[in-house]
Amino acid sequence: MEKKLYTLIVHSENIAGILNQVTTIFTRRQLNIESLNVSASSIKGIHKYTITTCTDEETIIKVTKQIEKRIDVVKANYFTDEQIIFREIALYKIPTAELLASNRIESIISQHNARILEVNETYTVLQKSGTSEETAALYYDLAEIKISQFVRSGRVAITKSHSEKLS
Amino acid sequence: MKQLIKGSEALIRSLIHEGVRTVFGYPGGAIMPVYDSLYDYRDQLQHVLVRHEQGATHAAQGYARASGKTGVCIVTSGPGATNALTGIGDAMLDSTPLVVITGQVGTSLLGSDAFQEIDLVSITQPITKWSYQIRRGEDIPWAVARAFYIARNGRPGPVVLDFAKNAQLDKIDYAPYTLSYIRSYQPVPDTDNSAIEQAATLINAAKRPFALVGQGVELGNAHTELRAFLEKAQIPAGCTLLGLSALPCGHPLKKGMLGMHGNLAPNMKTNECDVLIAIGMRFDDRVTGDLNTYARQAKVIHFDIDPSEIDKNVKTTVAVLGDCKETLPRVTEKLTEIRDCRAEWIHSFDELNQTEYERVIKPELHPDKESAALTMGEVVKAVSDATNGEAILVTDVGQNQMMAARYFDFHNARSIVTSGGLGTMGFGLPAAIGASFGAPDRTVCLFCGDGGFQMTMQELGTIMETGCVVKIILLNNKFLGMVRQWQEMFFHERYSFTPMVNPDFIRIGAAYNIPSKKIRQRTELPEAVSEMLHTAGSYLLVVDVVEKGMVYPMTPAGETVTNVLLGY
Repeated sequence: MEKKLYTLIVHSENIAGILNQVTTIFTRRQLNIESLNVSASSIKGIHKYTITTCTDEETIIKVTKQIEKRIDVVKANYFTDEQIIFREIALYKIPTAELLASNRIESIISQHNARILEVNETYTVLQKSGTSEETAALYYDLAEIKISQFVRSGRVAITKSHSEKLS
Repeated sequence: MKQLIKGSEALIRSLIHEGVRTVFGYPGGAIMPVYDSLYDYRDQLQHVLVRHEQGATHAAQGYARASGKTGVCIVTSGPGATNALTGIGDAMLDSTPLVVITGQVGTSLLGSDAFQEIDLVSITQPITKWSYQIRRGEDIPWAVARAFYIARNGRPGPVVLDFAKNAQLDKIDYAPYTLSYIRSYQPVPDTDNSAIEQAATLINAAKRPFALVGQGVELGNAHTELRAFLEKAQIPAGCTLLGLSALPCGHPLKKGMLGMHGNLAPNMKTNECDVLIAIGMRFDDRVTGDLNTYARQAKVIHFDIDPSEIDKNVKTTVAVLGDCKETLPRVTEKLTEIRDCRAEWIHSFDELNQTEYERVIKPELHPDKESAALTMGEVVKAVSDATNGEAILVTDVGQNQMMAARYFDFHNARSIVTSGGLGTMGFGLPAAIGASFGAPDRTVCLFCGDGGFQMTMQELGTIMETGCVVKIILLNNKFLGMVRQWQEMFFHERYSFTPMVNPDFIRIGAAYNIPSKKIRQRTELPEAVSEMLHTAGSYLLVVDVVEKGMVYPMTPAGETVTNVLLGY
């Protein structure tokens, strides 16, 4: 079966150890988690996990059911990229001296729609939110100048359906 | 009225509030406050002292399987808890309701590698339905209520309560707590009306329907509903190992056991039926063999309470989610009553089973040579006949298990206690002890081999101490028989570490004050079985059986379900 990137959105009770319960289901099936984001949801006491993984549909269906089977998991749903709006955020640290020496920085920032978060005499930190392709594209452009640190968040996603299925 | 009591006492009172009357356990450092409180409640809560924590979990499993109630065990932290893991895992795979209470070091010591500290919640999360650490006394009534609710509702399973020592000592304002709802857990999924319709339509149109009956029927107490369903539409059925007593032996539609060592007809017919109806079973690989060739011709209807079982192994045409006690009658209502137009299909099972009788069963039960060593099958049959199919069969794992499952008769529900999913050697003896407490009015017959018996034979001490009644039939072939069988068939008869040097089992039985007898002759069998059953109390009958016995039929692992070997 064809493999593709799926986004799994899991809502759970805020009880210690849920992340472990969720990730062991991936481990058992030898699935890599590509990215993972955990945060409080809009509902009090309910946490939201956004997990991406590359697999086939049959497997993601089974994994989703097995996650939802865990007692403290309220709901698990999987989505393809077409069914959700998603973003990640990336931070880039560039030595200020190199930045100033480059004549491309202004065009890179405006072209990628990046923001400057901090500038001091040693380093400058840029922020870019977008898809992983977009944050990667900025990475490659900045790498030609110099990147001393780089970090990307996990994906966060919102479904295109009217409401979130929670029951 | 509320009153201030210790957490350990709150635990005991919470257990009693949940209806618990028997617990299996073993004390130790981190659970001592609970044992201290238990001492005051001995008149209300019977505690069975086992000889090893693994025994406590298997006994609680045997208790649960025989009684239909939730099995409870209490063990200490660290090694007590890790010793309990095998039983917890076994209960998870076999859907047995179990609440395991483990001691834990005080919360101030958690994470410090304190004496007998083990991160039990993390270890048990993948092998439990729920695993929770009680860190504060005030959480006890809630946590216990939640544990029992989860263990017994929906698809049952094991729950661990890891009980920190400080929480055992906390003074709390105790009030009984009852729980009937968990926001994140729907025990019984909603049944789709259209699935009921579609299932009935498929069955009504079927020429050759075939039902697979699993333990879900026993767990759902749906025996009557199952019979009504099968009888109305005249659907022949095969049972899984754990579902064997869901349908009584001798029922004209019961066509035998499914799986690797099951009966010939139900396995062969799986690939001939046009509609396959799975009821409370999960298409284990020991039932299906190679999935790529399993029932590909059939439309599949799957009744299950656990949505994650649907399409897990076998793709279904119609999934009937819900409790089969509710869903089966709803489908039955829509079935066309069949009188005899399926007679030919039903009869075709009997022809195959006749073949199996000639090739396998007859030689096993009535060996040609009178002088030949006793077979496992004839011993099982003798005990089954002498108990009129009324006994609870408990087995260990291996050849003894398959032979017992094949040749023991069941007339009542909840009559087989065996380790199916995990295949735990050593399960038998403690599970039989538990079953004897779970169903004190029934005869409990345990079949085990010399290998499995020695894995947990310290539990003879539990029998000696409690006086519980277990009829132990030790089928001694001086080999790890099932592994030896595979070595003979698939490893060029290289018997790598399967011959066993055994102790004198009679002296072991005698050391525990258990009447014991050894036989090896066919002529001794009827009298020995009679003596065993008529002796008050437990009894150990050691039978020297044929050393290189084989369990047939056999579908080799991973092969097509119809690739059944009938013997040499």
